[in-house]
Amino acid sequence: MPQVTLTRRYRFSASHRLHTPLLDEARNFEVYGKCNNPHGHGHNYLLEVAVAGAPDEVTGRLMPLRELDRFVERVILEAVDYKDLNTQVEEFAALTPILVPTTENLAAVVAARLAREWPAAFPASAARLEMLRIHETGRNIFEVRVGPPERSEQLAQTSGEPPVKTCN
Amino acid sequence: MLITRKVEFSASHTCWNPALDPAANEAVYGSEANPNGHGHNYRLEVTLEGEPDPVTGMIVDLKEVKQVLEQAIVMPMDHRHLNREVPPFDKVVPTAENLAVEIWRRLQPRFEGTPARLKLVRLFETEDLYVEYEGR
Repeated sequence: MPQVTLTRRYRFSASHRLHTPLLDEARNFEVYGKCNNPHGHGHNYLLEVAVAGAPDEVTGRLMPLRELDRFVERVILEAVDYKDLNTQVEEFAALTPILVPTTENLAAVVAARLAREWPAAFPASAARLEMLRIHETGRNIFEVRVGPPERSEQLAQTSGEPPVKTCN
Repeated sequence: MLITRKVEFSASHTCWNPALDPAANEAVYGSEANPNGHGHNYRLEVTLEGEPDPVTGMIVDLKEVKQVLEQAIVMPMDHRHLNREVPPFDKVVPTAENLAVEIWRRLQPRFEGTPARLKLVRLFETEDLYVEYEGR
């Protein structure tokens, strides 16, 4: 059976501030520039989720798109859309001030959540999570490969670790 | 080195498998299952792989690529109803997945024996949904 990759795009809007107390103010500004603005700022993020596998022989579909949409809505969009990443998204709020919501870290958090929830949501699906990409702006784009399962499992576990371990 | 050429075509289709009951069709295909059909402006990106010719500096003559895409894809599919007018979609459900595979099957032989090898087809059904196929 042919192996295809199907990519679906989603949009969410959120605010964040890039700042770490591990660095002094001057260094924070140097590293994060405008993104260090104390009052925060926001983006219209574009999320691309790619799944791969062989389309079902009867339906010709890798998986029902509605199911993928509902999954991404439940696991990711509900948690981040119209939210402040620093204070309202668990991974950043719990680990603040250590885990800074750069889009690199956001991509890792989104990948971990998707990978963690996928097996329960789609136990019998032939489709597997392959890759995700987050466009922070039209020019800043971040990409993470998801899977194989054992690696996704590690990612999911890492994101759930208490902050104290991450600090040290 | 990779080189990608884009082309667009507009077509109608319906995603419905008579082997499934109406509820199952609706569950799998959602709004794509509308029996009266609907249409898309499909965007196709065709990626070829090869090395630039030392004399021309080109991997492939893009005019020829354009012609191949025109003949093999656009002419038979543009402003057509895929299920009714473009085999094998009278028998195969024209999902984006199956359409990408069919486009590969039509294009791949056209580049055999040329300096450029077909590497990837990426088919956008909408801005928010695309399928990639590498012939595997």
